[in-house]
Formats: sequence, structure tokens, C-alpha cells
Amino acid sequence: MKEGRPRSFYVLAIFFAAYTLFLYGPMIAIYVLSFQGPSGGLTFPMNGVSTFWIAKLFQGTGIVDLGAAFRRSLLLGVIVMIVTVVLSVAAGMAFRRKFKAQSILFYSAIASLIVPSIITSLGISLEFRIIDDLIKAHWNENFETSMGLLTSGLGAHLTWTLPFGLLIMFAIFNRFDPRLEEAARDLGATPWQAFRHVVLPIILPSVIGIGLFGFTLSWDELARSSQAIGAVNTLPLDLQGLTTTVTNPDIYALGTVISAVSFTVISLALGTIHVLNKRQAAKGSDAGKGLV
Amino acid sequence: MDTSEDILKQASPDLVRGPDTIRAAKAARLSPSFISWLQAGPMMLVFLAFFLIPLVFVVIVSFWDYNEYQLLPAFSGRGYTDTFEGCIAQLPDLCTIGRTYVKTLKLCVMVWAITLFIGFWVAYFLAFHVKSKTWQMGLSLLCTIPFWTSNVIRMIAWIPLLGRNGLVNSGLVKSGLINQPLEWLLFSEFSVVLALVHLFTFFMVVPIFNSMVRIDKSLIEAAYDAGATGFQTLVNVIIPLAKPGIVIGSIFVITIVMGDFITIGVMGGQQIASAGKIIETRVNALQFPAAAANAVILLVITFLIITMMSRIVDIKKEL
Repeated sequence: MKEGRPRSFYVLAIFFAAYTLFLYGPMIAIYVLSFQGPSGGLTFPMNGVSTFWIAKLFQGTGIVDLGAAFRRSLLLGVIVMIVTVVLSVAAGMAFRRKFKAQSILFYSAIASLIVPSIITSLGISLEFRIIDDLIKAHWNENFETSMGLLTSGLGAHLTWTLPFGLLIMFAIFNRFDPRLEEAARDLGATPWQAFRHVVLPIILPSVIGIGLFGFTLSWDELARSSQAIGAVNTLPLDLQGLTTTVTNPDIYALGTVISAVSFTVISLALGTIHVLNKRQAAKGSDAGKGLV
Repeated sequence: MDTSEDILKQASPDLVRGPDTIRAAKAARLSPSFISWLQAGPMMLVFLAFFLIPLVFVVIVSFWDYNEYQLLPAFSGRGYTDTFEGCIAQLPDLCTIGRTYVKTLKLCVMVWAITLFIGFWVAYFLAFHVKSKTWQMGLSLLCTIPFWTSNVIRMIAWIPLLGRNGLVNSGLVKSGLINQPLEWLLFSEFSVVLALVHLFTFFMVVPIFNSMVRIDKSLIEAAYDAGATGFQTLVNVIIPLAKPGIVIGSIFVITIVMGDFITIGVMGGQQIASAGKIIETRVNALQFPAAAANAVILLVITFLIITMMSRIVDIKKEL
């Protein structure tokens, strides 16, 4: 006789479905509303279907200079992604051995993750203000500011993305079989060769995951940017600014455009991870399989 | 023409090491700690420059003086005295900062309780009821994707649903349950809690799920065999073993809500005060020492909460 599922399964399955609806329902509502007709308002019902509001964004007739903010956010996101991947993989490798300051780095990362963003952001802004004051006082009276997208802004984003990168690396190396690397070394590989040809291909899917976190967390970052970004705004900051003055579906259109970028990046990353995993499964060796 | 050494080297590089590999091996042997520094150093530098030093500056500046438009680097407790202004005079009534913290803590407790409840059961479902690995991954991914999208968008997404003419209100009015739209649905404490739960339940689900999948299924069977009811198994086996995840998730949610100013700002219609919002207001008024003093107070309170919670569990062991 086949054992049926317990009643609790169905109760929790409904609970999970309700949670998923709660997660996605509101988001889907604004994606739909951003295709309001030209006379449409902020809420349902739809007054016709058009791409009027989205087109309006790109014409730049809106309140914010969307194009510039879009390029800035994209640039910052890509740089944050690259730096996060490189530094996380390097630091993750370091954590496989014992080294001094190991726990300092670990606790810095954890603290950076859980210290409220507004405090980190304020601290960075104070740091750069003081640097500016020093430069003005001692070197150059006409100096404007060292604060900016790729100085204080980049730093602020990294304090948010790097802890995630490091934690993902821990998860990777918890499951990693060090014998693979030993085997490579026994075959004469230099440490770099062992990394390049053995370790990296195995961890590559997860490394792409780190890149995904790096880009999306930066692309949507708000709290840490708020005080530390300098004179210019990123896209989420512009969007937040709009929330207080909004009267028409501009804001939904902007939200939809920002989300579209997020979803494109997410699908690209997940697709790549999927392909890599498949290739590993197909081309991976069967060594050791007879033993388990 | 190959020398015999070359052939041997090709066949078995282990036996005959070329000068390159010897040098590399030497480098690796001589200074593993140097390599560790090289690997971990850059990340350490980023945290130093953009997290640790800024924190030090927050503490230093909180003791500086200020006027309408600039910082005055001279020792002063004005940041703190301004913050606690009237706190003693108004006793036994709470002063502004006291009321704000009570309110923030209240929000914190509400959001924590709700996210814990939802997070626990979602994680429980994923860990114990979803048997196939593919489904487990797919459903976890379903919970994670919103985390990779913008928080502000997820906040404003509630406007068409909860607004005065939103779906909920028009539905209720049409069905005859209420005569006029409910005003407390949007830009209220209710919408703030709703949005915080919506945004941050993810931070509960992930660590609790992580703890739960590590629970040995035979323990649960053993409890069942020994005659435990489902409820007894839950209370005596699963919850104790999932405790590390519960604590880590709680730390995340509580620290996020304690420092939040964006969700409370957007969803509260900029009308609700919170610990994080005070800092933002002070910064906007260019009163940096007062902002820094508030940041220090928030930091101390957050730190106290975390220490209390991490008494229960060793975070480092759980990762």
C-alpha cells in the first residue's frame, strides 16, 4: 500500500502557496499597471493598455534624468560585481588554511552585514568629508570633493556585497573535496595551475552565483548609498525620491524597467549556472563512483 | 630532439620538477602565510577603509561640536545632550528619543514575531515535506528571486493594492462590508509592518531552512518510534535543532528593522519616527555630530540585542 502524504503536508503546501502569492502578487500588480493607458491612474482598473509611460521614461520628459542614472547604476553594478567576485574567491581560498587575522576578517564581514546600513553610510560620508576638509586645509583650497560614485559609493556597496560573497565561498568549500586539489598537486600542478584547472572549474557555478549577488545587491542598493553616494543619484535613489511626489504611473514604469534589468541578470546567471552544472555532470569523471 | 629528462618530465612531472615548479613550490612552501595575506588582504582593506574606519569616525564625530552648516572638530557632548533634550525634565513621560525607541522596538517585535512564524513554516515545508531535490531547489529559488529585485519597488507595489482607491478598499466597499475606504491600510504602521514582513521574511527562511536540512531524518523517525506525537517531535526535536537558524534569522531581521529608515519612510508616508529615521533627519539638517550620536546609540542597542541573542548560539560554528 502506498503511504499517502500526511494532512500537515497539504496545510503547509497551502501556506507556502499563500506566501508565494504574498511575495509576487503586489510586484505583478505594478508590472501590469505600468502598461496603463495614457489617461490611467495609480490604481486599478486599467484605462486601456499602452507603453505610453515606459516610452515617456526613455524620452526623458519625466522628473528624473533616467538615462544618466541608469548608466551610473549599471556601471557601479558591474564594477561591484567584478570586485566582489575576485575578492570573495581570493578570501575564500585564504580561509581554507589557518591564518592570522582570520577571525578579524570573519567578524568584520559579519558585522558589516548586520550593522544597520544607515550607520555604515553615515560613517563613510563622515570619513570622506573629513578627507575633503584635510585636502582643502593642507593642499588645495579649491578642491571639491573626493566623494563620488566610484569612491565612497563603490566602498559603501562593497560593505554590503562582500559579506554575502564570503559566506557563499564558505558554503562552497564546506562541500569541496580537498583530495581533488591534492591529486592535482601530486600530478605536479603548481598552486596556480591547481586553482585554474581544478578548483575554479568545480566552483564556477557558485562563483557566478556570487556575481549574481554582487550585481543585484548593488543595482537595488539604497540604504548604504543614501549618504555615501555624493552629488549624483543611482536609479533606486531616484525611484525613492519619486515615491513622495508621485501622481501618475511613471513610478511603476520606472519600477518595471529596473526589475526588467534584475530579471535579465537573474535569468542569465541562473541559465549559465544550469549549463555549467549540466556540463559538469556530463563530462565529469566517474572516479570514485564505484567506491561509494 | 627531446632529452630523456624531457620525456620523463612529460610522462610524470612529479618525478622531475622543472625549475618553474621548483620555484613555485618553494614560494608556496616558504610563505603560506604571505599567500594568505595576499588572498585575504584586499577584502580586509575594503572593510578597513569603508567599514571599520567609518565606524571609528562615527564615534569620534559624535563628540564634536557643530553649528548651522559645518562640523567643528572640538570636544563637545552637544550631539548627545541635544538628542536627550528634555528627557529628565519630562519624567515620568517619555521624551522624543525615548518614545521613538519604544516605537521602533515595538515595530521590531511585531515584525520579528510574524517573520519568525512565516519563515519557520515555510522552511519546515521546504525541508521536511518537499522530498525531491529538484523541487526543493526550485521552490527555494522561488523564495529567493524577490530578494534579488529592488526593495523600493516591492514597497510601492503595495500602493495599488492598499491605497484609498486600491484593490482591497474597492473590493471591501463593493462587497458592502464597509461604507468608506479604510484609511489605515496605507501610510500607516500597518503598512510598514506589512512591507517589512514582505521584504525580510527571506532572512528568516534561509538560515532556518539551512539548520533544518542538516537535521538527521532518523532522529525524527526515532522520536516517532518512541511514541512521540507530531507536536512533541516538533517541540523536543526539531525546534531545538533548528535553534541556530532561528537565532541567526532573528538577528538579521531585528538589526534590519532597528536601523530601517527607508521602508518606514516610504510606507509610513514619512510620518512615522524610528531610530534610523532620526539619523537621516539629522543628516539632512547637516547636524552631523547629532546624527553620529544617534548612530552610536543605535549601534550600542543593536549590539546589546545581538550579544544577548548570540549567547544562545555560536554563530561561527554554524556557518
